[in-house]
Amino acid sequence: MADAPRGRALGRHRPSSALLGVVPFFAYTTVFLLIPTLVVLVGAFLDGNNGFTFGNVQALTTPAVMRALRNSVVLSAVTAVGGAVIGGILAYAVSTAKASSVTKRFITSLCGVLAQFGGVALAFAFTASFGMTGLITLWLNNMGVDTGTGFWLYGWNKGLMLVYLYFQVPLMVIVFLPAVEGLRPQWREATETLGGSTWTFWRRVAGPILLPSFVGAMLLLFTNAFSAYATAKALISQGTPLLPLQIAGTLSSEVILGQENVGKAMALAMVVVVAVVMTAYVLLDRRASRWMQR
Amino acid sequence: MSGQRAAYRRRQTAFRWVALTVAVAAFAAPLLGAFDFTTQGPGGNGRTAETWLTLVDVSKVTTDYPALREGFLASVSLAIVTPLVMLLILVPTMTWVRLRLPGLSRTVEFICLLPLTVPAIVLVVGLGPVYAWVYYLLGSSTLWLSLAYVVLVLPYAYRSLDAGLRAIDVRTLSEAARSLGASWFTVMRRIVLPNLRSAVLSASFLSVALVLGEFTIALLFSKKNLQVAMYELGKSDAKISVAVGLLALAFAFLVLFAMSFVGSSTAGSSPFARLRRSRAVRKEPAA
Repeated sequence: MADAPRGRALGRHRPSSALLGVVPFFAYTTVFLLIPTLVVLVGAFLDGNNGFTFGNVQALTTPAVMRALRNSVVLSAVTAVGGAVIGGILAYAVSTAKASSVTKRFITSLCGVLAQFGGVALAFAFTASFGMTGLITLWLNNMGVDTGTGFWLYGWNKGLMLVYLYFQVPLMVIVFLPAVEGLRPQWREATETLGGSTWTFWRRVAGPILLPSFVGAMLLLFTNAFSAYATAKALISQGTPLLPLQIAGTLSSEVILGQENVGKAMALAMVVVVAVVMTAYVLLDRRASRWMQR
Repeated sequence: MSGQRAAYRRRQTAFRWVALTVAVAAFAAPLLGAFDFTTQGPGGNGRTAETWLTLVDVSKVTTDYPALREGFLASVSLAIVTPLVMLLILVPTMTWVRLRLPGLSRTVEFICLLPLTVPAIVLVVGLGPVYAWVYYLLGSSTLWLSLAYVVLVLPYAYRSLDAGLRAIDVRTLSEAARSLGASWFTVMRRIVLPNLRSAVLSASFLSVALVLGEFTIALLFSKKNLQVAMYELGKSDAKISVAVGLLALAFAFLVLFAMSFVGSSTAGSSPFARLRRSRAVRKEPAA
């Protein structure tokens, strides 16, 4: 650099030398992002001898994998809808607080923690609270609710749904809050001036404006639950009822030789689902941002 | 009309308090239950602070729970290395692309956001062969996990750095510095980085938080970080592991809460919120 001609001060490098500046970034992302993605994409269609095959993709239709895929989709869909409705109401409640208030900062920080760092700690908190001597078990028993053996907590369609909601609702609050905050008070005033009631406002003004954001956020919640692994792993110790658990299973040594590419096919299926949903999310978000005040 | 608005405001405030109280109570219940569990005596009888006293006693943790110590130290070093690598890769590249290669900005953005569609569990599957080489060339230290973690934090870090770069006029600043004889390195160190301080800080905080909470990749690569140590301890000594989990959550909360006071643009710092916010900004004509 020291002997660079002064004429270069305003950036008159030839394009080829300018390109050198981005080499580290592209090299890094190639090795740690593009190659892994390709390994999954290509590996899904390779057999044990590196020949082309559809066998791995066909293996996806075996009952065990299909059940895991269906369970994953149902779990993600239910917690996405539940999380979106509860989180949407909460986001509105938060949005009515002043922007700089401690209430708002407290709630958004709390939601950030639960949405992004839950995982194992959250699963353990539930195991502890609903265990034989757990606080919530005792409360429920005192109220006359029989919690039975407590094994319901470990079912993918009961306990796991409840635990997933504990990170889905906070994520919804975080994602949806900017949209609700974009509702301008003038719109409500205009509705009132024109003789509309609160119901009219929500039905005819706020509802249509928020709908794309709401559905978009719901899609984001779906992919979030769909790709979650930590919580499920920490809570479920027996069986592999969900797709991420199945994929992890193919990585362990107990699998029959040549089966590891079935794991790649499952991973591919997962990427396809997530990519489709995320594309829909991006399109909806673009539509939603039309009305947003920034 | 004003009376009507006042009544409406009161209703709204009442609704806010009811909704938030119910929500906070619901979310606190399992955490409270977990805390209650860590203070239970043997067999659920009586109260004892033994678990917490053990955790506070560093020497006892070292001797009785070597895995916990190992995982904690690994997570701390990962939390230092990951943001450093991330900044080293992203800040010069993003600045450079803005200054000299604006045509590449779309490509860089696409690559940075790509990890959003690749779940961690899928990344593990694909990273297998890559890490076989990493271990072969560099040795099998837990620290190399940070190379994969950089990919995980890429979308979030990109968004906050992008917002930071948007707020300053990099081109004019660096042209001024260059015409005064500064080298590109000096431009980076003395002009761009100081101007990006809050963006760099929030990107680093997000990376630290994400690294401390990471579980999937570490577990499946059989490496021990804090979350994996906690998970494995859960089988033998549940009380300690639940207590460690609570501490980790509390620490993450404090970090985020403190962050929400650092600059209004990072308030409620969610990567997703930032994602949405910065997307709208993009519609402004490029400088």
